[in-house]
Amino acid sequence: MTKFQLNRRTLIKSGAAIGAGLALPTIFTSSARAYLNEPKGGTVTLGFNVPQTGPYADEGLDELRAQELAVQHLNGEGDGGMLNTFSSKALKGNGILGKKVQFVSGDTQTKSDAARAAAKSMIEKDGAVMINGGSSSGVAVAVQSLCQEAGVIFMAGLTHSNDTTGKDKKRNGFRHFFNAYMSGQALAPVLNAAYGADRRAYHLTADYTWGWTQQESIQEATEKLGWETVNNVLTPLAATDFSSYIAPVLNSGADVLILNHYGGNMVNSLTNAVQFGLRDKMVNGKQFEIVVPLYSELMAAGAGANVRGVIGSMNWNWQLQDEGSKAFVKSFGEKYGRPPSNSAHTCYAQVMLYADACERAGTFDPCGVVDALEGFEFDGMGNGPTLYRADDHQCFKDVLVMKGTENPTNEYDTLEIVEVTPRAQVEYAPDHPMFAGGDLGQCNSGA
Amino acid sequence: MARGFVGAGFTMDAIILQVLNGLDKGSAYAMIALGLTLIFGTLGVVNFAHGALFMLGAFCAVTLQRILSLSYTVEDPTQTDFLGNPLKVDTPYIVSWFGDATGNAILNWSVPLAILFAIPVMLLIGYVMERGLIKHFYKRPHADQILVTFGLAIVIQEIVKYFYGANPIPTPAPDMFRGSVDFGVMIGFAQNEIIYPYWRLVYFLFSAVIIGSVFAFLRFTTFGMVVRAGMADRETVGLLGINIDKRFTIMFGIAAAVAGLAGVMYAPINSPNYHMGMDFLVLSFVVVVVGGMGSLPGAVLAGFLLGILESFASMNEVKSVIPGIDQIIIYLVAIIILLTRPRGLMGRKGVMEE
Repeated sequence: MTKFQLNRRTLIKSGAAIGAGLALPTIFTSSARAYLNEPKGGTVTLGFNVPQTGPYADEGLDELRAQELAVQHLNGEGDGGMLNTFSSKALKGNGILGKKVQFVSGDTQTKSDAARAAAKSMIEKDGAVMINGGSSSGVAVAVQSLCQEAGVIFMAGLTHSNDTTGKDKKRNGFRHFFNAYMSGQALAPVLNAAYGADRRAYHLTADYTWGWTQQESIQEATEKLGWETVNNVLTPLAATDFSSYIAPVLNSGADVLILNHYGGNMVNSLTNAVQFGLRDKMVNGKQFEIVVPLYSELMAAGAGANVRGVIGSMNWNWQLQDEGSKAFVKSFGEKYGRPPSNSAHTCYAQVMLYADACERAGTFDPCGVVDALEGFEFDGMGNGPTLYRADDHQCFKDVLVMKGTENPTNEYDTLEIVEVTPRAQVEYAPDHPMFAGGDLGQCNSGA
Repeated sequence: MARGFVGAGFTMDAIILQVLNGLDKGSAYAMIALGLTLIFGTLGVVNFAHGALFMLGAFCAVTLQRILSLSYTVEDPTQTDFLGNPLKVDTPYIVSWFGDATGNAILNWSVPLAILFAIPVMLLIGYVMERGLIKHFYKRPHADQILVTFGLAIVIQEIVKYFYGANPIPTPAPDMFRGSVDFGVMIGFAQNEIIYPYWRLVYFLFSAVIIGSVFAFLRFTTFGMVVRAGMADRETVGLLGINIDKRFTIMFGIAAAVAGLAGVMYAPINSPNYHMGMDFLVLSFVVVVVGGMGSLPGAVLAGFLLGILESFASMNEVKSVIPGIDQIIIYLVAIIILLTRPRGLMGRKGVMEE
């Protein structure tokens, strides 16, 4: 039999082998599980989830244009757009954290289940570290909760319901777009100045999450002015002809009609209301007026001449003259031959804000990004000084009150800026009753 | 329970308003359902692409508007566009050819003019659809017909979306029909009690003319007589040496034209978009079933009836008693009618009952 001899050489050898053997799995797992979809090579993948089919396809297309532009600017291509005006200088035009940015896109179809499936596929199959885009609050809330569960960051696109950063808020989700409460607060003083404090309002409201919070917000804001609410009628989301809802308005004693509708609903209800001659009538000794709390460029284009003189609100508009807006409009306009919409702007800004947060955090880890975005103050993105509030992940910035242009000079000249409402006027406490009931929870990095 | 019915709103003027409204909605339903029934009665095909024909009609109006406003572009150095470049000013050719007044008047009347444009276009589309696709499905089960026509509808939609985008396209009525008329004053009410848009009254009258013409055509022409005979007994008419297939193809074209004209005139009521056909399709089928499969007067009657019921269901006084009734009334009525009269209001025995 051989005698087992332990000498120095074998001890070192076996010790190293055992050590490596023990350490290997932990090295392996710790690097693999740092966080979900950690970019390994020279690239990082972002997922753009926008409506590419269905009634909001044109809005989705505009979002995608802006997202593509943002990716170009991040990679140092083109003229850099708002990178040049952004107050944070962390981004260098060499991708994010030195990794070249690439993107995949999904189709939300403006349906919650389709949007979740598209986001899931981009996260699982394409390895997206962030999901951005969308044009509906129902979709935003659904995708936000999916991203929270999966462990990636959700940078919301166009979503205006209070719930997105209210009862449905999530630690991994962030909203740059404004919300229904802010629209109400911004519109009230302008409505007061234009139409007086003694008004009786009749509401038509789309029967889903956004419509309800929009109606509640504008009702509260106008009642504070002294307006009376005559009636609030819920209309089916699938409705196309609103004539039977509008016919009774004139004899209801109301002298203002508030249309809490978006997209196709708003185009049709406003068109129908104008057909009924509401805006030519005098009621209670006053000119009858129509208010559309949330405007978009595409809706204004769809409603044509019917928007003329009608007041509403927006998150951003290409006619703004600050340096950030001018840089973005120039960059977008030269590439696509048309001014960007406010949904394009919010998606572009969100991609930039995400990239900047990664750069400042030094990681793509969602928990690091959350820390970098919470309480982040910035400027130069087209809305003046802006705060990403830590309490609810809502951006606070100036809000635009718009009016349908009376004498348009070209096809993009549909809306004009009436007032830039200062941020202070639209701020609210994190525990405001309209936003109550939610909890951000813990950040999830998918580890 | 009774509160709603004695409430201030449930007055004579409100009722008349909703009747007008219902007649108006019913006009579109009746015209689409009439075409559906014509196709079903003559060819025995359940045509789910009929909503798409309605939509194509509306896009005939959009297309004519675009053709008429074809423009040449001149750069105007005195004005600038949104990027600060010289503004490109578009002048429609017809304005430069016919002068400002005539040119703009033609543009203004583009929707009524589109009727003339839509009739040949829709007849052609109907002819191509029937000869190219649907005739191959005559002998197939109804389920196959439904699948193929539904697929066709989706294809047509996507083609329209490709060329025109997904956003609605404003297609206004001529200036003189914009705004509204005080209908109440005409029938002895006080001012401002019953205000109704001009164009919707025009739409109702237009549909009455179209429906009347179709019935007159079937009743008073030899062609119509043969078609009616063919609807009743295709085989015997064929044995008499009459080429019934050819006549049925023409009927398909006429049905397409009726749906198309309904669409043309609807364009100013709601800006057309690529999926407007689907919005009407399901309702129109309910209308056909309620009216009785294969019955032309039934389709028209049910169209107006359901239009009026839908309008009444969306009154606040009704909604306050039964919330959400406006969303389900059509289907509720369909269930009740089918339970009490399984063949529909005016359905005949033996249709779709083989």
